[in-house]
Amino acid sequence: MLSRRIFLKDGAFALVALGFAPSFLTRTAFATGSSARPKRLIAIFQRGALDGLSFVVPYGEAEYYRLRPSIGIPRPNSGAEAALDLDGFFGLNPRLRPLTPFWTSRDLAIVHACGSPDATRSHFDAQDYMETGTPGVKRTQDGWLNRYLQARREANATVFRAVSLTPQLPRMLQGQAPALAFNQIAQFTVRNGSEAFEAAYTGSSDRLLSGTGREAFDAIKMLKAADPARYQPENGAEYPQSPFGQALKQIAQLAKSELGLEVAFAEVGGWDTHVNQGATQGQLANRLDDFGRAIAALVTDLGDRMADTLVLTMSEFGRAVQENGNRGTDHGHGNAMLVIGGGVRGGKVYGRWPGLAPERRYEGRDLAITTDFRDVFAEIVVRHLGVADARPIFPGYAVQPAKFPGLFS
Amino acid sequence: MKRILVFVGACTFLLIGLPGPGHVSASGPGSRLPTDELTITHVLNRMAFGPRAGDVDRVKGIGLERYIDQQLHPERIQDTALADRLAGLSTISMSRRELSEKFEQPLMEARRDQKPQADGEAPKVPPPVQQRANSVVLELGEQKILRAVYSERQLQEVLTDFWFNHFNVDARKGRDRFLLTDYERDVIRPHVLGSFRDLLGATAKSPAMLFYLDNWMSVDPNGPHPIVTPPHVARGPFGGAHVVPGSIRQPPRGKNAKGLNENYGRELLELHTLGVDGGYTQKDVTEVARAFTGWTIENAKQGGGFVFRPQLHDMGQKVVLGHVIKAGGGESDGEKVLDIVAKHPSTARFIATKLARRFVSDTPPKAVIDRAAVRFRETNGDLREVIRTILLSPEFLSADAFNAKAKTPFEFLVSALRATDSDVQDAKPFVQTLQQLGMPLYQCQPPTGYKDTADAWINTGALVARMNVAVRLSGGNESRAQTLGSPEFQRR
Repeated sequence: MLSRRIFLKDGAFALVALGFAPSFLTRTAFATGSSARPKRLIAIFQRGALDGLSFVVPYGEAEYYRLRPSIGIPRPNSGAEAALDLDGFFGLNPRLRPLTPFWTSRDLAIVHACGSPDATRSHFDAQDYMETGTPGVKRTQDGWLNRYLQARREANATVFRAVSLTPQLPRMLQGQAPALAFNQIAQFTVRNGSEAFEAAYTGSSDRLLSGTGREAFDAIKMLKAADPARYQPENGAEYPQSPFGQALKQIAQLAKSELGLEVAFAEVGGWDTHVNQGATQGQLANRLDDFGRAIAALVTDLGDRMADTLVLTMSEFGRAVQENGNRGTDHGHGNAMLVIGGGVRGGKVYGRWPGLAPERRYEGRDLAITTDFRDVFAEIVVRHLGVADARPIFPGYAVQPAKFPGLFS
Repeated sequence: MKRILVFVGACTFLLIGLPGPGHVSASGPGSRLPTDELTITHVLNRMAFGPRAGDVDRVKGIGLERYIDQQLHPERIQDTALADRLAGLSTISMSRRELSEKFEQPLMEARRDQKPQADGEAPKVPPPVQQRANSVVLELGEQKILRAVYSERQLQEVLTDFWFNHFNVDARKGRDRFLLTDYERDVIRPHVLGSFRDLLGATAKSPAMLFYLDNWMSVDPNGPHPIVTPPHVARGPFGGAHVVPGSIRQPPRGKNAKGLNENYGRELLELHTLGVDGGYTQKDVTEVARAFTGWTIENAKQGGGFVFRPQLHDMGQKVVLGHVIKAGGGESDGEKVLDIVAKHPSTARFIATKLARRFVSDTPPKAVIDRAAVRFRETNGDLREVIRTILLSPEFLSADAFNAKAKTPFEFLVSALRATDSDVQDAKPFVQTLQQLGMPLYQCQPPTGYKDTADAWINTGALVARMNVAVRLSGGNESRAQTLGSPEFQRR
């Protein structure tokens, strides 16, 4: 049984077979002399369908206020609880105030009226489609971020190349390329009998298990050296104590530890606001407060590294334009994504705005989609991560730069 | 325990000069199967979820032929100890209707009744109602673990796991969480050693599958059609005949019924029968989907079952894989499609390959696939005979196959519990363990099911997690922890 995991390290296989493989440690990004720092992507999934119209508010639309009498976000300059003006038409939810410096510095871009061409209003199916990158096709086994990792096989990849700060590997990172998932860095260790296990795996003649086992113990040692307990954020960044805030803090720590992190994933729930959604106070506002502070802390903490690092946020679909009888919103269609750092041309809301008039809505009720989410993902894969041909990453989709939103120059 | 966990490599076996299992022509009538411990351990690693203390000796005592034959007839095997273990799980014997009444409907009512709360917090379904609803899939998971560890009908449990995964349904999709108890118990398990066509037909009509792959809302886009009742003669209560005039009723348009949904049609061909390279076209997918329009669920919210609604059915002619299905067939259109795909040679080959991958190796030799596929066609898809062919094949009993498979997390956990003769009083923590090992029970999202090859399960994170589980399972017994966490124990 040959180890594909070992094959993944390209030419390293021959050395492993001969028994004098370079130690995992020396093959990592600790090795000096590599020129450009690798590009990074931090993907954040807002599970449960974020209300994009409260997130990035089209305050220039009278229809918005007519249909949302109790949950609409007030127009800018109408008091302390008003939307924060972005461009004279859109405003940011005031609870996202911590993100405004990045808008001003043009590090934050927004893509609105974006999403999946599939009509489903099922969280289950829509999350699946967003993560596999194949809307309407359920049988896709791997996620699009994993296909990115496959497309760009790195000879020097470490086990920390792709890490998800979640209990299980998300669909987006599942697939042939290795990826790690854990809730907390400190969990990635063997508590008892570690040395005996290491000896058993190192001495095993089972190529697959021996090779993978060596990697595991090397990785454990590397993480231990990074000493998570003593991590101090930089530049005055203050992460919320929430699980989401702490997940982003650990991503920053991994990114700075030079462990070879290239793709990171985090998720945050609580967006399925059918009842009592609230406006600038209440349920949704509380979620946005945590969300905004956590992302602002991450971007602040990474500082200069944000030149190579791109933060992308997404949610499976948006919510209906009209509020429902419970002062909440039901499942909708188009939504907004944030794109921060990585040289994005920020300070702009991308995507054609379809309008909220009844005949401009999707099926008469939801924000229509004018940007296929695959065009956002594909532009990031091509222009930020540097993959020449994104077609294998988005099978069944005609990837065309002409359709990209134009996030990068 | 030492004896159970014999992991001597196959080459050692040959070095000491014993007749290797590869020399045995096992499939011929009257042939004697090997009696050595290595082979018996191997068989127990594949036909069962690994050996328990004493199992190897027991099988040695009765002989492999007899053991295999017994396992192929689970109905003849007493399983009373398992029944005692399962006694505390009240939901696993409930009907769909009862599960709906006791668990789903209270949850729906609680959701309807939830009031906006003044403090702006998310309104919540009262925790006991939610917990009760969650208990259905939790108990199903406990049941699966207990059966795999304690059932004497080990092959039946191995195959139930295999076929559920083949016809995968994810509990997290809507009401499927309340349907899987019935699905595994009444749709999958009774057929795992029966006819493939029966198994396929049972899944096609199960509410779990109809819901999961959306066929319940797949309708003729030109419908709904009027319900036509032709004039007919009726007999009165005293025997007198009178003519009832015909009627035409226009049924209401269902709110979910938007048109043709190809999900089931596609997965039926690609995942359930022919396989992705089985030689069908997009046109076939569409035609299959047309044939299944109107196959839906009756009283879905009350736990109802399959119903055919003619007013939602596309009545035109269909051509599926070159076979013409004449117009006006109604419900029988779907049955004809199932007949066509169950008999298709690609299906025999696809199923034979998948079973050989489960039992022999990740890359099974062509010879065993060929033989199993031929047997599938000869017997019209008699799964007992297909399995028998694989189990008695020289490829299965060959040293090349020994320890060639990596255990999935489920196989790892269950074989560890068996190897250590654990007395599991509460399987809930192990349901949790499988979540941590990345294989949550009944929660595989894509219809492909979980993968059955080493590359899916052996990676850095997985090994670290398994070593930690080994430590936890061993209750402070360090040598036991080392055994369960060893490279050898990750194989079967």
